[in-house]
Amino acid sequence: MSRQALSWGRLPAPEQRLIKLGSRFDALPTTTGSLLPYGLGRSYGDSCLNGGGALLGTRGLDRYIAFDRDSGVIEVEAGVSLGEIIELALPQGWFPAALPGTRFVTVGGAIANDVHGKNHHRAGSFGHQLLGFELLRSDGQVLHCSPTANAALFAATVGGLGLTGLIRRASLQLLRVPGPWIRGSSERFGSLAEFFALSAEAEAASAYTVAWIDSSATGANTGRGIFIRGNHAEGPASYAAPRGIRLPITPPLSLINPLTLAAFNALYYRRPAATARDALWHWQPFFHPLDAVLEWNRIYGPHGFYQYQCVVPMQDAETVIGEMLRRIAESKLGSFLVVLKTFGNMAARGMLSFPRPGATLAIDFPNRGAQTLALLDSLDAMTMAAGGAVYPAKDARMSAAAFRQYFPQWQAFAGHVDPRFSSSFWRRVTEYPQ
Amino acid sequence: MRRILIMGATSAIAEATAREFAALGDALFLVGRNPDRLTAIADDLRLRGAAQAETWVMDACELGAYPALLDAATQRLGGLDTALIAHGTLTDQVAAQASSELMLAEFQTNALSHMVLCTELGNRFEAQGHGCIAVISSVAGDRGRQSNYVYGSAKAAVTAFTSGLRQRLHPKGVHVLTVKPGFVDTPMTAAFRKGPLWAMPATVAKAIVKAVQKGKPVLYTPWFWWPIMQIIKNVPEAIFRKLKL
Ligand SMILES: Cc1cc2nc3c(=O)[nH]c(=O)nc-3n(C[C@H](O)[C@H](O)[C@H](O)COP(=O)(O)OP(=O)(O)OC[C@H]3O[C@@H](n4cnc5c(N)ncnc54)[C@H](O)[C@@H]3O)c2cc1C
Repeated sequence: MSRQALSWGRLPAPEQRLIKLGSRFDALPTTTGSLLPYGLGRSYGDSCLNGGGALLGTRGLDRYIAFDRDSGVIEVEAGVSLGEIIELALPQGWFPAALPGTRFVTVGGAIANDVHGKNHHRAGSFGHQLLGFELLRSDGQVLHCSPTANAALFAATVGGLGLTGLIRRASLQLLRVPGPWIRGSSERFGSLAEFFALSAEAEAASAYTVAWIDSSATGANTGRGIFIRGNHAEGPASYAAPRGIRLPITPPLSLINPLTLAAFNALYYRRPAATARDALWHWQPFFHPLDAVLEWNRIYGPHGFYQYQCVVPMQDAETVIGEMLRRIAESKLGSFLVVLKTFGNMAARGMLSFPRPGATLAIDFPNRGAQTLALLDSLDAMTMAAGGAVYPAKDARMSAAAFRQYFPQWQAFAGHVDPRFSSSFWRRVTEYPQ
Repeated sequence: MRRILIMGATSAIAEATAREFAALGDALFLVGRNPDRLTAIADDLRLRGAAQAETWVMDACELGAYPALLDAATQRLGGLDTALIAHGTLTDQVAAQASSELMLAEFQTNALSHMVLCTELGNRFEAQGHGCIAVISSVAGDRGRQSNYVYGSAKAAVTAFTSGLRQRLHPKGVHVLTVKPGFVDTPMTAAFRKGPLWAMPATVAKAIVKAVQKGKPVLYTPWFWWPIMQIIKNVPEAIFRKLKL
């Protein structure tokens, strides 16, 4: 039994067993209690946890199966990480078509959350590059699922939070790129209105767009930040990737407080490098600046942290997000990792997929107990009123009522849940009376 | 480029070591019992850079099948210069002390099969005047303990056998490496409670490849097992027999 922090937010985890899988040819373990696949634990809350049951650790399913260097189709076991795919494919000129903010996620985890990257407006989410996968159900059936074969189960499993069975292997269409470089620019903006104008203008020409927001800014400065855009580009032939450093211990208290926060945000916003007209980034610092600090999540101290990521439809996005940012700045409970980005209009392939047209805001909140939860509830009220949704991969506390409104297909989805599979998240949003 | 035979290729340490060799562009001949798993590993190793990855299905306890195996490996790889012997079972001590039949079977898998293969390989490598035989023994072979002396004494046989073989073949240009891992977090040890002394297969694998490259005779991996085992070996029997190890 294990009580380690098994999800990225490091909130106290329930008691559960971790069973490591080693071969994609094995049957599901015969244990009592429910099962839930578990990848690299980069989900923040309880959607990758299964209190009282077992987690099926998939990192032992880490074999490449096939890679066609001409077509860019790669087939891998479900525990292979996106970083490992890049290691193999990038030297041959291929890159994942959708890549989240860390390379330490497994293919299985990326499917189960239908993850998105900074290029959603162009490429859609992970499900769009997915050609198919193999699913093992607890009745022993092995099903090949694709947009055309077992299509309903495919739609349930993409974004299906690990509840429809174990994904054992998957095949992806990668994106042709000239090399490891991204060319683009970064610039300051003074308001949300400026952000939306920049975003609308940049999306036509740039594959990747994202903004960092100064969450301590108030009044007229609310919503100011730095806008970053880029495209794959040619660059120098050689590059030595920086070595990762690791936060060696969990500090006894959170290093994130209003003082460190205001200072960091002000410095970050004003630093000279925040504006660069013609910048050349290696893909790693461009996509994953935080991956260089392994286990940076420990900075929030022993009580862990919450992340809140919502999407709100475009017509009200400026008002609603402005209101949220004001509320967060007032509370002084927010953090420096505030990211704002727009999603494109491509319809997601999964029944429970989070990405949908609109603007998406993501913020970390150190866990300060009841006051943090109250703030997050008030953000939920705003998201619900706007007809938006909250991202289950980042959640540890949304109500069942909120979940059912955010994901109107949840009942159709429930029909595809494998009877032996469950998660702490799923029980929270379906079983508890509201 | 090395031409490498790997026995027990589906074991976690062997697979991790094969990945290190693959990244160096070596040619691999993988032997194990499960054809699906062997094929999956071979596909993976080719994509990781192996010049060649061949598979061969056999049970390591068929002692008579080794010459045919070595002929096939030599033929398919166009020669053979390195072997990693990594197959084995973790003996259930309580069952094996209750049944001499089971005890013998465990000796067959964990000692006799290694000794037969070392004999065949040793003679071939001696004749060709070069080669490297790396054998996975265990720190458990350094001293018999009540909790696992059947497994431990099989490994002790392997340790002593490879030590002698190394002396015999050293002047002939053949390198014999005895690998003594401590606790390794693999499917074989899935049921054990893990503590700070446990190592990952990838760590052990890196150490093995380095020891092969450097011609090292005996490898304790991770390194801290060397001082631990010096102490355990030197506890006087009068005291040792009273301990509950
Ligand atoms: C720093 C950071 C940045 C991030 N940025 C983004 C981002 O930009 N966009 C985004 O969308 N997400 C982002 N995320 C979230 C992350 O991409 C997702 O949580 C992802 O699903 C994590 O993958 P994992 O392998 O760690 O899976 P886990 O967190 O271990 O599991 C996630 C889900 O996948 C299921 N699962 C895992 N493997 C399988 C399998 N083989 N079969 C079936 N189900 C399986 C689990 O049951 C669980 O429901 C970020 C996370 C971090 C820590």
